[in-house]
Amino acid sequence: MRYLPLTPADRADMLSAIGAPSIEALFADVPSAALLDGPIESLPNHASEMAVERHMARLASQNTAAGEAPFFLGAGAYRHHVPASVDHLIQRGEFLTAYTPYQPEIAQGTLQMLFEFQTQVARLYGCDIANASMYDGSTAAWEAVAMARRITKRGKALLSPGLHPHYAGNIKTMAKFTGDQIVHEAPRLSANAGEDALIAQIDGETSCVLVQYPDILGRLPDLARIAEATHAQGALLVAVVTEPVALGAIRSPGELGADIVVGEGQSIGVGLQFGGPYLGLFGCRSEHVRHMPGRLCGETVDASGKRGFVLTLSTREQHIRREKATSNICTNSGLCALAFSIHMTLLGGTGLAALAAENHRLACLAADKLAEVPGVSVLNDSFFNEFCLVLPTDARTVVRELAADGVLAGVSLGRLYPGEEGLAKGLLVAVTETISEDDIDALVTAIREKLA
Amino acid sequence: MNANPSGWRPSTPEAVALDGEGAPTSTGNRALMLEEGLIFEIGSLNNCGVDLPTPSAETSTRLGGMSRATPPALPGLSEPETVRHYTRLSRQNYAIDLGLFPLGSCTMKHNPRLNEKVARMPGFADLHPLQPMNTVQGALGVIDELAHWLVTLTAMHSVAMSPKAGAHGELCGVLCIRAALEARGDPREVMLVPSSAHGTNPATAAFAGYKVEAIPAGDDGRIDFAALKARLGPDVAGLMITNPNTCGLFERDMIAICEAVHAAGGYVYCDGANFNAIVGRVRPGDLGIDAMHINLHKTFSTPHGGGGPGSGPVVLSEALAPYAPLPYVTKAADGSFELVEEGDAGAGESFGRMAAFHGQMGMFTRALTYILSHGADGLAQVSGDAVLNANYVLRALEGVMEAPFADAGPCMHEALFSDEGFAKGFSTLDLAKALIDEGFHPMTVYFPLVVHGAMLIEPTECESKAALDEFIGALRGIVERARAGDESLHLAPLYAPRARLDETAAARKPKLVWTE
Repeated sequence: MRYLPLTPADRADMLSAIGAPSIEALFADVPSAALLDGPIESLPNHASEMAVERHMARLASQNTAAGEAPFFLGAGAYRHHVPASVDHLIQRGEFLTAYTPYQPEIAQGTLQMLFEFQTQVARLYGCDIANASMYDGSTAAWEAVAMARRITKRGKALLSPGLHPHYAGNIKTMAKFTGDQIVHEAPRLSANAGEDALIAQIDGETSCVLVQYPDILGRLPDLARIAEATHAQGALLVAVVTEPVALGAIRSPGELGADIVVGEGQSIGVGLQFGGPYLGLFGCRSEHVRHMPGRLCGETVDASGKRGFVLTLSTREQHIRREKATSNICTNSGLCALAFSIHMTLLGGTGLAALAAENHRLACLAADKLAEVPGVSVLNDSFFNEFCLVLPTDARTVVRELAADGVLAGVSLGRLYPGEEGLAKGLLVAVTETISEDDIDALVTAIREKLA
Repeated sequence: MNANPSGWRPSTPEAVALDGEGAPTSTGNRALMLEEGLIFEIGSLNNCGVDLPTPSAETSTRLGGMSRATPPALPGLSEPETVRHYTRLSRQNYAIDLGLFPLGSCTMKHNPRLNEKVARMPGFADLHPLQPMNTVQGALGVIDELAHWLVTLTAMHSVAMSPKAGAHGELCGVLCIRAALEARGDPREVMLVPSSAHGTNPATAAFAGYKVEAIPAGDDGRIDFAALKARLGPDVAGLMITNPNTCGLFERDMIAICEAVHAAGGYVYCDGANFNAIVGRVRPGDLGIDAMHINLHKTFSTPHGGGGPGSGPVVLSEALAPYAPLPYVTKAADGSFELVEEGDAGAGESFGRMAAFHGQMGMFTRALTYILSHGADGLAQVSGDAVLNANYVLRALEGVMEAPFADAGPCMHEALFSDEGFAKGFSTLDLAKALIDEGFHPMTVYFPLVVHGAMLIEPTECESKAALDEFIGALRGIVERARAGDESLHLAPLYAPRARLDETAAARKPKLVWTE
């Protein structure tokens, strides 16, 4: 077996040094009723690299990769070009095969990277500080709700209708068990992001208001207005960003008054990967640092006075604080944070702005061309790289049929909101820099023909 | 023609006696040990390592008045500078690829590179989670196939694949327990957790709304079964127990423990962090547990990546299976795979969604590759060699360091030592830092909490006998130096990129982001 260094002679020597007759004898504490007397049934024996690779390649070939077709899916996961150097660097064994940096003297590479990552996220979000990552955007959103409860000592969270339904679903699941009250309804097919209705629901019991920016339909809510109304009631504004590339074009949530900003970092460096692993980002005001979930990396000095970095404020965390911890999170998304940080370093602020501009340019082009298709209308007045089409028919069926014709047309609202009849004709279309103008024409033609 | 007019010849220099660290260099570098600034110090706002179209100034936008006036204040670097920056940083890390990394309970085993290659196949890596089902049958097939082997290896009823890491899996299991108890109209308040448990266990139970009560460990390092039995009652929702436990011992009474908890109306959650010790030889379902997460990054070799991403599928008993989170994969009558999501028929009694999309696909491909590579014979050899290596270390060192449970019989995949009997003034921390100078990553220190100055050594099956002998020799040497009164051990590490770091200062006045 290629991954096991011990030879039969080693095993015999070691057993004799231990004074045990066999490896099986070392399992003497296992009740005999539970000890298997042979190999696991049905699982074949070990296989060569070639054989396993062939099996996995066959499974891979049964999928349509995004790169094989005109591709317009978004809704919380976006296909962007990741420079080749990103994947090369994250595969350096010193990053790939290291552990959480518990021994900082020999983990400065990971720690300095995390310090840089935290600073990048804080600046991108317009926050004072950020943590070293969460599992994904949706779990970060729940952690923000729990953190707002700890800060405000109130238990009612108001979720904007434009919040990604999976994020809302995760929050509702957790709230069932913690007793938090969650107020949320599905969005309406309207160009307006619904600020007035949302503001009207904020009251003196509200712990936080969660607003996605841009929202699930691609609309850009007026965060500053919502922030003002939220703060007037003593609640916290949590902004949720599922497409971080947008922040190269639009103002940061922190600058607009958000107290906590969370989101998905997958767009930068990580890739689609069928939904995971992704990267939860978490930023907030420095006054709330001791309520934050997750790992934090901080700057310090070593015994000889050199600058160095350590994991810090771990008295918030489960391994010290046990049942009184701010969160149960342990492992986070270290390697995805590294990919994000490298890609962001390659881009820089100017590159991110240029990337965002190209996304927006192509999205505007696509929206204009699609609006000309008979029976199709573009819902949004405002959007970044994703907008909602309203079709004359059920969008889920259209998406399925177009996939069979080799066009991955977008995400139907029926997939995201099963059972919501009023949304069934909605189709989310995301347009990133990976889309060519030919792809846009292919989509326009395919929808035109399907609806004819 | 004379190509060497000076007549220079290579020669061996006279040996020079260096005082301490030798002369300082003007750069602060030491040959291959290179200092590296922060991107905020070496990059600039206008530098960029990606070629992008220049935005045209006259393009109208539809950003609803939210456009930003200036780009975010993020420094950029060209590609060569970026590659150099991260390569230099990487060299300040210890890693499994460099040497023995015996972090107990964390399981730092080799990460096969075939796994990396497979995960990057475009048919897996370049798939959107919301593509129509008929375009992702192979990906759903991976989830289904991995789920099948996880269930087979554990003899459980089913498995929830969406949890994103071990602690997230714990949460999934505990929420299944709560949902099951609530469904039978018997909500309970207390979750029992042994004092030797990972910190995530009590944190998870509290996060799920339970009151946490500790059950002490007995003198033999195992749970105090009598104390457990005495505490069971109608207010106890269940027990979270790690097996093999964090002292590296198999809970011999596990079957009776499960029966007792069930008799009292509770459920047993098993922390599967140490499943790698028994995989292929013992199926936890045969012990009677109700739920267990499997850290794919421990037992099934997906990379730890400097702190994640993990993946924590949770195997469930028949009693808890109906409450598993959404979404999950099912197989239709025609053999095609479908994803059951909110609102779908079949979503039934699920407690709901725990994360966006459907789990850590990138980890599933790697773990499945690992399982198929090892096969039934290989997995049994994995746990056998892991346990053999740990016992070899235990027996080689029990005369050197105090091994509190060595008399209790063989250990499983990790060997536990305490600081009893260390030279006065010499601590577990000193030993850990001295190991760094010897070229090893330290073991887990000060955990589990049930032993004073704990040192938990997990060599894994991926170490050769020669590597173990070298490690054992290094540990012996350090302990002997301490006995001989070598004060320099308090200064260790002397040869790492940094000396001991001031963690107190870091926490007192946290500096979490770079500022000018």
